[in-house]
Amino acid sequence: MSVEYENYLRMNKFPHYWCPGCGNGVVLKAFIQAVDELGWKNNDIGMVTGIGCSSRASGYVDFNTMHTIHGRALAVATGIKMSNPSKHVVVFAGDGDASAIGGNHLIHACRRNIDITLIIINNWIYGMTGGQYSPTTPTGTIATTMPYGNADPDFDLASLTIGAGATFVARSSVADPIILKNYIKKALTHKGFSVIDAFSNCHIQWGRKNKFGDPVKLVEHIKSVTVSAAKAKKMSPEELKNLFVTGVLYEDKDKKEYTESYFDMVKRAQSQTKGGR
Amino acid sequence: MKRAVVANGNEMVVEGAIDAGCRFFAGYPITPSSEVAEGMARKLPKLGGVFLQMEDEIASIACAIGGSLGGEKTMTASSGPGISLKQEGVGLACIAEIPLVIINAMRGGPSTGLPTRIAQSDIMQARWGTHGDHPAVALCPGSVAECYTETIRAFNIAEELRTPVYVLSDAFLAHLSTKVELPGKEELKIANRLRPTVKPEEYYPYDTRFGDIPPLADYFSGYRFHVTGLNHDKTGFPNIDPVLQESEEERLINKVLKRQEAISTYENYKLEDAQIVVVAYGSNASGAKEAVDAARESGIKVGLFRPITVWPFPSIPFQEVAASAKQIIVTEVNLGQIVYEIERIMLGGRAVTEIRNGNLIFDTRHPRSSAELSTVLQANGTPIRPNQILSQIKEVA
Ligand SMILES: Cc1ncc(C[n+]2csc(CCOP(=O)(O)OP(=O)(O)O)c2C)c(N)n1
Ligand code: SF4
Ligand SMILES: [Mg+2]
Repeated sequence: MSVEYENYLRMNKFPHYWCPGCGNGVVLKAFIQAVDELGWKNNDIGMVTGIGCSSRASGYVDFNTMHTIHGRALAVATGIKMSNPSKHVVVFAGDGDASAIGGNHLIHACRRNIDITLIIINNWIYGMTGGQYSPTTPTGTIATTMPYGNADPDFDLASLTIGAGATFVARSSVADPIILKNYIKKALTHKGFSVIDAFSNCHIQWGRKNKFGDPVKLVEHIKSVTVSAAKAKKMSPEELKNLFVTGVLYEDKDKKEYTESYFDMVKRAQSQTKGGR
Repeated sequence: MKRAVVANGNEMVVEGAIDAGCRFFAGYPITPSSEVAEGMARKLPKLGGVFLQMEDEIASIACAIGGSLGGEKTMTASSGPGISLKQEGVGLACIAEIPLVIINAMRGGPSTGLPTRIAQSDIMQARWGTHGDHPAVALCPGSVAECYTETIRAFNIAEELRTPVYVLSDAFLAHLSTKVELPGKEELKIANRLRPTVKPEEYYPYDTRFGDIPPLADYFSGYRFHVTGLNHDKTGFPNIDPVLQESEEERLINKVLKRQEAISTYENYKLEDAQIVVVAYGSNASGAKEAVDAARESGIKVGLFRPITVWPFPSIPFQEVAASAKQIIVTEVNLGQIVYEIERIMLGGRAVTEIRNGNLIFDTRHPRSSAELSTVLQANGTPIRPNQILSQIKEVA
């Protein structure tokens, strides 16, 4: 089961831009393994990203790739998917990219249930711009724009996307790369809008300010704040209070996928002689 | 064979887009442009095309950019606040060189302003609205019929130059229903973007070996490439080399400037012996024409210069007209936008034909104008009446 990574990577773009030990590489690797296991052809995959450390992923993979503008990757991806509905479209986004500036596009991509896979590298911080707080920065922790401890409530992106209508939502982390890969694989094959909330370590911008400057320690910390869905079942709401549940958190195979709904409407339009003058 | 129809400007934009080959639209409703979206929503499904009402204008332009990379001719339409929201996307399309048509049915502003009322106040926004140095092409139809022909021309320019192109109509044209005569379909010239013919491994999305407008492959067509809003090299990957970036930034702008003689169309009306030149564009030009006709009847030697392309401004043709004029009257439905360009040209500000190694290369053929400049401006939501222009003509005659 060894993956020929060179088949998927633009080798001349290395060494990569990320800090040593950054979780972005772990998530990207899990994604490539999933693609490899599925046997998808590079030509048939589009990867769209916004702006952020995580969004640099699109530069490293030998697919049809676009590094767009901050927050707008899902909207661009929607255009790419609608013009090529038979192709695979994947979006990598940071927590800020996906849920702050791109929050509106996120909820509407979920609502449409368009067949795109969104992989959120959720490192709880604005990594690229130097450690300002994001919607997922844990309350009480330090960020450059919350130097006295984050006063904002933090977002649970799984609940958000389930509520907005995504039909496959899973959470995992860089602490469990094989499980992460398996969830990504499921998300990629799911027909509809799928979301992976991948907790990841930014030990540089979040970690250093919060006593987790060492990547290993931060990954351990991520482990300590997550609990698998199986274990969570046996726990009380009180015990679960400060924990994030991992696992496939939601799956709906019945809700109609958007490109199908759209092109069904096209058929209806074409069979009508009236209207659409 | 010529075609006669009764339609308004928005409907003619839709017809033009469809006849230009547009099969992908993404937009968000806003007065007075909404009927463009509604028209596309009726037509595109029938043609198997894609119509998307996105969650906002930012998403709309982003989606249209995605659709264009996916190989379609794409369009978005909006007005006022919506056009402001699109600006970051305009810049992305400029730097990534992605063909795209943006319809702006101009309304009064700033902010929510005068939603249902006419304005021509987005002229400078169309030139400088997005941040950074960038090319700009903006067409300004002067009639309902031109809403059709200029939309087609906008697609042709977008495709040929790999750049976003604005069509600036206005609230008046958008909703003016009138009888129009359209050119026969067989007369239409339809352009398509250059696509690569090299082997995929030899393809680069910004490869100037094929000219200053490199071929653009469709996503998933076998040519795998990278696109970014960062400054990049020919491969499409980020690059901050100052020497390369100077020439790339200049190429972006020069690809428009070098073709301005073809792009920058205009109309000269009764200008042969004119000592007074009225400058007007868009729907405001029809009132200006009436004023010119009326003044001619009382023996005043006056004519109209009407830019059809406002960016790049047809400076050289205007200079030719201005050189022999004694009076120039600029009229526009705003508090002064094109008048700044006119004044610059009159004072000897020449057309820039190219930017070379940081130097603006001016067209030196034409002298400054010694004419006097006056204006008829108005931004109260109502059209400028021919009488207002006529009295200014009489005033300076
Ligand atoms: C419109 C706009 N606003 C702000 C920025 C600056 N900016 C770049 S990346 C970023 C945040 C990135 O955080 P996140 O999405 O979590 O990605 P990460 O770097 O953590 O992977 C910001 C605010 C920008 N590029 N564009
Ligand atoms: S700043 Fe954080 S997210 Fe960005 S590369 Fe470094 S560790 Fe990774
Ligand atoms: Mg982040």
